[in-house]
Amino acid sequence: MNVQTFTPQAFHRQAHDALGNPQIRSNFRRAMDGLMAKRRDAFGDWDIETLRDLGANIRLRALAKLPDLLEQLEANCQANGIRVHWAEDGEQACRIIRELCEARGARHVIKGKSMVSEEMHLNDHLEAAGIEALESDLGEYLVQLNEQTPSHIIMPAIHLNTEEISDVMHDRTGTERTIDVDYLTAAARAQLRERFMAADVGISGVNFAVAETGTLCLVENEGNGRMTTTVPPVHIAVTGIEKVVEHLRDVPPLYALLTRSATGQHVTTYFNMISGPRKPGERDGPEEVHLVLVDNGRSSIYQDNELLDTLRCIRCGACMNHCPVYTRVGGHTYGTTYPGPIGSILMPHLMGLEATKDLPSASSLCGACGEVCPVKIPIPDLLVRLRKEAVGEGRGNVEGAGVKRDRKEVLAWKGWQWLATHPGAWRAGAGVAGKFRFLSPSRLGPWTDYRTAPKPAATSLHAMVKQHRRKLEREDEK
Amino acid sequence: MTPIKLYPPKPDKVYFFGTCLIDMFYPQAGLDGIRLLEREGIEVLFPDDQTCCGQPAYTSGYHDEARAVAEAQLDLFPEPWPIIVPSGSCGGMMRTHYPQLFAGSSRSSQAEEVAGRIFELTEFLVHVCHVRLEDKGQPQRVAMHTSCSARREMGLAETGPGLLSQLTNVTLVEQVRASECCGFGGTFAVRHPEVSAAMVEDKTQAIESAGAEHFVTSDCGCLMNIGGRFERKRQDGQEGQVGGEHIASYLWRRTS
Ligand code: SF4
Repeated sequence: MNVQTFTPQAFHRQAHDALGNPQIRSNFRRAMDGLMAKRRDAFGDWDIETLRDLGANIRLRALAKLPDLLEQLEANCQANGIRVHWAEDGEQACRIIRELCEARGARHVIKGKSMVSEEMHLNDHLEAAGIEALESDLGEYLVQLNEQTPSHIIMPAIHLNTEEISDVMHDRTGTERTIDVDYLTAAARAQLRERFMAADVGISGVNFAVAETGTLCLVENEGNGRMTTTVPPVHIAVTGIEKVVEHLRDVPPLYALLTRSATGQHVTTYFNMISGPRKPGERDGPEEVHLVLVDNGRSSIYQDNELLDTLRCIRCGACMNHCPVYTRVGGHTYGTTYPGPIGSILMPHLMGLEATKDLPSASSLCGACGEVCPVKIPIPDLLVRLRKEAVGEGRGNVEGAGVKRDRKEVLAWKGWQWLATHPGAWRAGAGVAGKFRFLSPSRLGPWTDYRTAPKPAATSLHAMVKQHRRKLEREDEK
Repeated sequence: MTPIKLYPPKPDKVYFFGTCLIDMFYPQAGLDGIRLLEREGIEVLFPDDQTCCGQPAYTSGYHDEARAVAEAQLDLFPEPWPIIVPSGSCGGMMRTHYPQLFAGSSRSSQAEEVAGRIFELTEFLVHVCHVRLEDKGQPQRVAMHTSCSARREMGLAETGPGLLSQLTNVTLVEQVRASECCGFGGTFAVRHPEVSAAMVEDKTQAIESAGAEHFVTSDCGCLMNIGGRFERKRQDGQEGQVGGEHIASYLWRRTS
């Protein structure tokens, strides 16, 4: 098994490798083409723009009232019997969860899909404490068997095709080698079923936490989320603080947007609303329910009136499905928990710009992400804002701001500025080509590896227009 | 979908902002754009002091430098005439990002005012001039690549193809993933050359396998990228490469 580690620092090398890997290329291309088509069909004759406006407004309203809503959520959860814990960062969240497990003497934890738990490397933390954490979402399960990390936030194993999945399951669990998807799914289901029964604690994520009712909503397709949150005696839900919404009535529009944007589904197979532990006289459900609310950098994003928009995200994955860069390099290339456009605007806050400096620039700003985002996050604008931070011309409030400021590049832009603000010099041009010299031959290198170099015209438009005017005047005189 | 824009009646005069790429590399496209407008009976004013809209610095994060350059352009259009830009990305820069760039500054209302007068060339020809084109060219199969900025930032996916469809001898071919980026993205192409190369390779293949004999685009960045890739493949001895040009030149050439 080749266990690869990916880091955002090695984006360029990882991109190079992925681009040269025909399997990766075709797995992603095919999967993303399918997801784009499904999304398009799912919105069909819906008035998608109105729905996106509504989604954006619901999220904006929730964020505007975030501190109050979190207090309300805590109070209402507690009234429902859900114990609420606050974690400033991932480490603290891991500790809280580990202690909850230890208090129950837990050895086996079963997990529903949770990107926040990936973000804080919860599994590693639990394992170090001798607690086994098993992923129960099929994609997550495969990724875990393969000792990898998710390559997509909705479809963690999207980088694997059926043959590769068959190989992984054969090597790790002894199933037959086959491309019969039903057989493989049934085998995984049987393997997992036993583990649900044996688990001491179930850990899940949260899609929407409803402040007014203290309800935790969980969207899923496999039923593993329902098992995780009902079978073990303890359920711990873990989520970022931005997942709160104000009202129960805010959920249906967001749910409609989420499922259509993510997988092109009108509804998912399961939609769980968790509002407390088992009550006296009830026959199933966990004895304890906990909610761990994780900040991990979110409140500092919240302080900035532009970057704040990052927190609207409902983690549908549509931005990556539609991203021409993600489609070509795949999720692992980014080397971050969240890949693709959302990752490139979120990870710099979680890891600092020094580690992630190549991510905001890894976009042609084509705008496909912003066009499909169900809550209308202006992703391209945020990418530009982070580029500005990286070169030290922003507000300086993102960790690692200025890390990309390079004296030579600054000089080049200053030179460009001088020329473009001195029209006489611009026209005289020192040879038209001179104007783009700041791209220096070495910078043009990669361009000409794949394309011919642009040829400076013999006459500039300025000069052509002058000739044209003279010609028109002569014609007038005649 | 961008909000519905109300278009003004056809004016007597317009300003023309040629863009730096056209000035330096594709001046003919600029001149042809001017001639298309003049043919509609419009007097075209070309402010001699124009240079660049500031976009390259803007998208690279160098906003102080971008602002200085943008500021120098703001004063070039004193009369209330529309400002025509033969590029979706420079047009998008001026229409969408000028107001952002000058928000809260003494130039903010001027930036808003100028932004409100920005029109992309094909947009203006279709929605304001209501041009009628008479095709004088030979039959040809043509692929149109609409730039991402024209398509998404300015909401102009239809104007270029609309103009081409008026040319009776031109067959507009359908490419796979027509709305996908060609991989130019300004400095993206130099900062992430390999990813950009993979994108432009796919774009050239899509154009070619659509059976196009020629391609046109309304943005010179895309033209430089896609055209440069085709030319490179031709130099490397690959068969069947397609030539391209700015839509203004194509329209002028076929109708004059
Ligand atoms: S940024 Fe928008 S499109 Fe991307 S995952 Fe979040 S909600 Fe979905």
